Amino acid sequence: MVTLTTQEKAMLDGAQGPAVARAMALLVRYAEALGAEDFVETNNVAGVPGSASPWMKEYYAADGGDYRAVFSRFDLDSDDVVDVPRMNAFSCHLQGGMDPELWREQGMTEAANANFRSDEAEVAAHGIQLLKTCTPYLAGNVPVMGEHCAWMESSAVVFCNSVVGGRTNCEGRESTSAAMLAKRIPNWGFHRDAYRLGQHAIDVQVPVDDVFDWGLLGYFTGAAVEDTIPVLSGAIANPSLIRHKHFGAAAASSGGVEMYHMVGITPEARDLETAFGGAPRGERFIYDARARRRTWETLNSVGQSTAVDFVMLGCPHYSIEQIAEAAHLIEGRRVHANCALWIFTSRAVKAVADAGGHTATLRAAGALLMTDTCSAISQAIPPGTRVAAFDSAKQTHYLPAMMGIEGWFGTTAECIDAACTGVWRGDLA
Amino acid sequence: MSAAPLPTRAPDYVIHGRCVVPGVIVGEALVTRDTISGWGGVNPMAGTVIESRHELNGVSFAGKILVFPGAKGSSGWSSIFHMTRLAGTAPLALLFNVTTTKAALGAVVLRVPALTDFDRDPLDLIASGDLLRVDAGEGRVEGWRALP
Repeated sequence: MVTLTTQEKAMLDGAQGPAVARAMALLVRYAEALGAEDFVETNNVAGVPGSASPWMKEYYAADGGDYRAVFSRFDLDSDDVVDVPRMNAFSCHLQGGMDPELWREQGMTEAANANFRSDEAEVAAHGIQLLKTCTPYLAGNVPVMGEHCAWMESSAVVFCNSVVGGRTNCEGRESTSAAMLAKRIPNWGFHRDAYRLGQHAIDVQVPVDDVFDWGLLGYFTGAAVEDTIPVLSGAIANPSLIRHKHFGAAAASSGGVEMYHMVGITPEARDLETAFGGAPRGERFIYDARARRRTWETLNSVGQSTAVDFVMLGCPHYSIEQIAEAAHLIEGRRVHANCALWIFTSRAVKAVADAGGHTATLRAAGALLMTDTCSAISQAIPPGTRVAAFDSAKQTHYLPAMMGIEGWFGTTAECIDAACTGVWRGDLA
Repeated sequence: MSAAPLPTRAPDYVIHGRCVVPGVIVGEALVTRDTISGWGGVNPMAGTVIESRHELNGVSFAGKILVFPGAKGSSGWSSIFHMTRLAGTAPLALLFNVTTTKAALGAVVLRVPALTDFDRDPLDLIASGDLLRVDAGEGRVEGWRALP
């Protein structure tokens, strides 16, 4: 049984209004389902609050069919509809369904865009920040060591836990929406010290020293350890934010990794013993040149034709460093007539790219810099796409299967080259 | 909600677990040894598994007691299963081995009886087509093997 503080009991009884009471009631049901004993307080919540398709609004037509109805009935799983006030926690909206300006290029209808704009106005009016990204940590929300968060988005969750030492489980839409109001989340899983210890070892025996290789290693790691916590040691060099971003996203998609340790690199892994909380345990997996090649071949098994007609970059959303690199690689070249190049980022990072001239450089080369979403989230690809190329293991994992297309995985330079020639020439160095 | 009639003979097996969501239901089991993805792995409008290479690919779980190892994949798991409740394609109950936030929250918003942490592995005991009586609040599952 979950134990409530005096304040939490009062919230459940309506002392802070009906919406907070409904949020607390859902969180109590959720805590009981997990077997949690109490709650932690959180003031850092990231989710997809209240956004709804026309189908869902129609479903709740008898309740008004509006944001209030969807937030009450779906997000809070409440039997009745209540007024939804401004959120109490620092709350962020993660990725959404379309680019606010380039939605026509993404194949969205006027009606879908009107629904998108209406939802977005409601989100803002409820005090939720429109980060509109899978990388909140690149757009103004960087947790600190030990901070209790309630985040959705597997690639952001693994970054929060592993790289900065923040604490979050992989939350869902309903739990994050409730946490925005109640500022509580069950004290379970990654909020607790004992749950954060390593379970298996990955011994890296081949040098891993660029974003592409960190992505490959991530994809290998997830497949090896599934949804447990790996401890990596060995030839991992020169960590950087974007390397962690691609490693974590890959490990989360091939296996469901929500936290990892890298010995001497991540904050809770000063040494092997600290990472495991004692002697190393579990299995030991070797990442060598053969494993690296096997992983690359697995990712590229969804590619047959080298005639690439779509290159998609920005999964997870590109950082300003990556946008600058892409712009530099394509400057003076042009996207091939048979191909399209779409690059995805957050609105915050795009503002910096605009200021630095990168958006214009990309546009001059025939590439589009888009925000808010990605091809997988919005299921948006150029019409007639048959063969796509990616520098993200995660997008290679999801998009070809979702859209029934072929896909290639390679370096950023290989992807830019394919966009400009229409031909895939990726190879493993 | 108990639609199916119970056999008069004693159950072929009884297992005990921890209650995730209370409730009593009788229905037919659908068992898989593969973990289940929500977003990208399930079509909520049809109530089917759509993940390629999944052993239930194309199979409907609507109105069945879903017996599975656990949840995997995107954080959209709960909202996809929540959508099955709206679409009328929800499973009758959930029995799973590994507790994750995805499976726990999904069971809560599905509002169906759910159990985990069993004294014996339900994947070894229960076969698809078995008739089950789930009393989640009591932590008890009774099963009758389907007659050949």
